[in-house]
Amino acid sequence: MSSITIGGLLRRPEAGAALGLIAVLIFFAIFGGLTFLKPAGMASWLNVAANLGVIAIPLGLLMIAGELDISVGAMVPFGAMTVAVVTGHYGMSIWLGVAVALSFGVIVGLVNGILVIKTAVPSLIVTLGSLFAVQGIVLGLTVLITKSTSVALTVEGPAKVLFGDFLLGGQLQVMVIWWLALTALYIFFVHVSPFGNWIFAMGGDKTSARNAGIPTDRLTVILFVLSATSAAFVGMCQAILYNSAQVAGGQSFIFNAIISVVVGGVLLTGGFGSVVGIFFGTITFAIVTQGIYYTDFDRNWSSLIIGVLLLGAVLMNNTFRKMALSYSPKKGAK
Amino acid sequence: MTTPILALRGVNKSFGPIDVLHDITLEVRPGEVLCLLGDNGAGKSTLIKIMSGVHQASSGQIELDGQPVTLPTPRAAQEAGISTVHQFGGTFPLMSIGRSFFVGVEPTKGWGPFKVYDRKRANSIAVKAVQDMGITRITDGDRLVGGLSGGERQSLAIARAVHFGARVLILDEPTAALGVKQATHVLRIVNEAKRRGLAVVFITHQVMHAMAVGDHFAVLIRGAVAADFKKGEKTREEITDLMAGGASMASLEAEIEGYMASHGGHPPPPAQ
Repeated sequence: MSSITIGGLLRRPEAGAALGLIAVLIFFAIFGGLTFLKPAGMASWLNVAANLGVIAIPLGLLMIAGELDISVGAMVPFGAMTVAVVTGHYGMSIWLGVAVALSFGVIVGLVNGILVIKTAVPSLIVTLGSLFAVQGIVLGLTVLITKSTSVALTVEGPAKVLFGDFLLGGQLQVMVIWWLALTALYIFFVHVSPFGNWIFAMGGDKTSARNAGIPTDRLTVILFVLSATSAAFVGMCQAILYNSAQVAGGQSFIFNAIISVVVGGVLLTGGFGSVVGIFFGTITFAIVTQGIYYTDFDRNWSSLIIGVLLLGAVLMNNTFRKMALSYSPKKGAK
Repeated sequence: MTTPILALRGVNKSFGPIDVLHDITLEVRPGEVLCLLGDNGAGKSTLIKIMSGVHQASSGQIELDGQPVTLPTPRAAQEAGISTVHQFGGTFPLMSIGRSFFVGVEPTKGWGPFKVYDRKRANSIAVKAVQDMGITRITDGDRLVGGLSGGERQSLAIARAVHFGARVLILDEPTAALGVKQATHVLRIVNEAKRRGLAVVFITHQVMHAMAVGDHFAVLIRGAVAADFKKGEKTREEITDLMAGGASMASLEAEIEGYMASHGGHPPPPAQ
């Protein structure tokens, strides 16, 4: 039972994502050579994957639990602008800026989560509302306070090293370390610790999960806080890295993160998926968007590839999920 | 006679102006299967929900081991040992048998923050519990619940309730969506639960299934107990007639309505 078989691997939620990743690697190796696997090339897609991945995993957990959070698209500029205004405009300590940015993430997450559990309005609608509301707050407050839509900040010392620097003077962002560490942490909590079971049960059948004694409301709120705070964290780190923050931008994270999650094998209706799958899905997405630069193709075609990839991945994931469902040990095995 | 584990005494339930249940009196004893028969809309689901703590009775009393109790939440009912298994509920199609079995009470190994889910132990306990109930085809706890047949899923849910110490098992139409062979699996498990001394409330449309396991029968019509009898007191034809809404059912309904009209809305006492 514990022996690894090809069939056993294919039945795992991340099987489709892993195969998709291999297909994309082969595709770009053929058309673009292996440049994108050399350090400079790797940095380009690893940076994209890291920023996206830190948001995609908590978003994916929400989707496994049967919810959705598109307000992350506004939380990225919110996090960036908050740290820029607190530290850049008012000149206060960077640590205060970081704390305020993250606590805004917690607050928006709490509002999202509490609205979803109290009103039973679909989370897509609730977070669509908070997406626009937060965008409005960011634009309104920033212009009110700074009379500008772009705020500069300069960060030095440990905060710069920790949140927004390049590793070893190279091109790799420190976010890559955060991404890898957070992924490991999520894998532990979702697949190894008992709490992960609760998330899957919630996505499978919320009423049954509640009847089984799982605090579904509290868990929903925690997951919303996690996704909003992660998005604010990414925005904050980007502001520290690039020494400035803009009120716009961030919306691309919504669809990019959802694509990564779905390519990663998470079932849109909840109850199925894995952190490793989302991890692979994110890398696949990043390689497609960045790998195109290493080929002779016009980069305008990259959206086509992503669209086809998404559909292909979903079909593949459906097939593998059916295989997993219909699997039973062979008759002779007992 | 033993004290009933769970008894309803004169329970009424109304939602706003609509009366759903009238004066329900029922008893379930350990090692006994009470079959609750009735057409759609007869109030079966509301009755189950009152017994499992989802709804509160408008008046009347619920007794547990002879003591009056209130069941304010499903959780309270579960802690009192009343477990409800719905037609498809309680199991999660895309989770493994072991994980589904232990949802909310996952076994762990390790210590402190490094407590990890003990997959091996969960799987082996779950598989053993299901096999003990007579479903020997389930051998691998890593299989996904959605891959099991309807009967196996029901059996898993029942085995889960039994494993976690249920004393009263409420089965809501467990055989409704099942084929003949699958249904016999479930009936066998109901018998096994009975043999272990559980009190079972078995809700069904199928008289054959009810006759196969039931010790005690109650027919619900329009929210009132229209007939209450023991095994062997009525033939299959008579029960089918009651259930199927044949001539006798029509006359019974007329009788009840006539009685209720002349007795200020109260139903007649159940025919013993």
